[in-house]
Amino acid sequence: MSTVDLFSLPFMQRAMIAAVFVGLAAPVVGTYLVQRRLALMGDGLGHVAVTGVALGLLTGTSPTWTAVVVAVLGAVLIEVIRERGHTNGDVALALLFYGGLAGGVLLTGLGGQSAARLQTFLFGSITTISLTDVLVTIALAALVIGLGVGLAPQLFAVAQDQEFAKVAGLDVRAYNLLVAVLAAVSVTVAMRTVGLLLVSALMVVPVATSQQLTRSFRTTLVAAMALGTVASLGGLVISALVPAGVTVSPGPTIVLLSLAGFAVTWPIGIWLRHRQRLTAPFPAGPLEPVAHGEAHEHDHGPTCGHVAVPHDDHVDYVHDGHRHAVHGEHYDEH
Amino acid sequence: MRVIELQGGAVAIGGRPVLRGIDLVVDDGDFIALMGANGSGKSTLVRALTGLRPLAAGRLELFGTPFADFSDWRRVGFVPQRTGATSGVPASVWEVVAAGRLTHRRLLRPLGRADRAAITEALEVVGLAERARDGVSQLSGGQQQRVLIARALAGQPELFFLDEPTAGVDLPNQHALADALGQLKQRGATVVLVAHELGPLAPLVDRAVVMRDGRKAWDGAPLADHEVHQPWLDETHSHHHASHLDLTRHDHVPHVAVPLGTRPDGDER
Repeated sequence: MSTVDLFSLPFMQRAMIAAVFVGLAAPVVGTYLVQRRLALMGDGLGHVAVTGVALGLLTGTSPTWTAVVVAVLGAVLIEVIRERGHTNGDVALALLFYGGLAGGVLLTGLGGQSAARLQTFLFGSITTISLTDVLVTIALAALVIGLGVGLAPQLFAVAQDQEFAKVAGLDVRAYNLLVAVLAAVSVTVAMRTVGLLLVSALMVVPVATSQQLTRSFRTTLVAAMALGTVASLGGLVISALVPAGVTVSPGPTIVLLSLAGFAVTWPIGIWLRHRQRLTAPFPAGPLEPVAHGEAHEHDHGPTCGHVAVPHDDHVDYVHDGHRHAVHGEHYDEH
Repeated sequence: MRVIELQGGAVAIGGRPVLRGIDLVVDDGDFIALMGANGSGKSTLVRALTGLRPLAAGRLELFGTPFADFSDWRRVGFVPQRTGATSGVPASVWEVVAAGRLTHRRLLRPLGRADRAAITEALEVVGLAERARDGVSQLSGGQQQRVLIARALAGQPELFFLDEPTAGVDLPNQHALADALGQLKQRGATVVLVAHELGPLAPLVDRAVVMRDGRKAWDGAPLADHEVHQPWLDETHSHHHASHLDLTRHDHVPHVAVPLGTRPDGDER
């Protein structure tokens, strides 16, 4: 079968459409998660969604929709735990990681389903995607992209500085919840492509790659979306083009291709940052000493406990973040 | 015009009182320095005035509106204590300052011409116009602090809260900050500034409020940095609040006693 024939097959076309939308949508939410230093949240939600898939298999309903519902509930729960401050964000994630995965595997067993059925959701099976699934993927991905890009100024401000956003009159809790829910939705959208256990890679790795080279949030977001699409589509095509007899599943190929992009840009990023440091000027300091009139309970000396710094012909004492030098009755700031 | 009016304000964190009986009136155009030692409650007071900490007791009005009904946030600018203007993803100076325009923008609308002009002007006031396209993480700590001030400026508010803007900032940057705040003062903005030491900001201050142990210890003419740490402000027997006279100094940490030991006052448990 020639390459052209392969791409004219309906299942391949469906897979490619799904791959493009997933590749565009996942990094959008991933950018906000990385910005809030919650890069592993996608992974946690992926684990929670396993329970949702198992529920769907057990009850005979569509695993996609049960996964959406359970992942959204998990996302809300993570936000509530985080906001209440009972546990750290990462502890809240860990609790759901293990509960979600264990629940999913247990329910699959109870439902009499084979582990292989569950595995198609854990590691993706984009080539078996149905037309309905493609339409659902497109709709949900469009929702994620629309909200994630449209509300970018608000979501950026909230993720950057919650206190400032609150004083600016934004409903911080609602926006945090929105990001969590969008993360849950994109997890289930990407479930058929890369699988629940690898979902987080498609959300986070393109962002990590693009921020090696970018200086602004907007270019990071756009570049991450482009990189996600290239990785998603490229991984699918590579896995389809390997010669017969070799089995290459698309999910891991997509993730590894994405990681390869990071491996290429990382050294470039290091070099760029190194160059920026070289061009940074030294801060201009005051040349003449400034008299300093702070009350002292003691005279600075070898035993006063302040750090002594030799300075030309005398010794400065580090005091409250600046250096004191004895000058007659008072201290100069050096 | 009254910009801030707080009566009998109290704040409790985790059930422990942190601020007690605070009365504070700020008029239009005032430049107020909130001073005091670490842990005296000066930052908590600003957080209470901005609504970041709920009041356990007392009544707060902003611009003559009870706080619960206040929604005109474009009149308020807030510069939080610097934890770094950076986050997990790169952001340019322009983008961080543009966040200050959110109080003026409606949902799903791009930046308008007035927004861009305000952002550019805010960057010029703090002297960072030529760094607009640079990443925030490339700036020094003092420059990042100026970016945060520009962000508040971009919203063109009438009332500014600044929480320790000079902490950990080198002297040239402190002077740049003082210049920016001086321009604000000339325009008639009301400024409430939390500071451990005023440094170059001292000439701008009209009125000093000194906090000690969660109470207001001094409210009046500006004090020099070393005066704030004078014994009569640091110790409990303040001349200005007679009600304090009978209070013995106590720690914020609750008293811990062993179950079968004796209490400091000699009672057997």
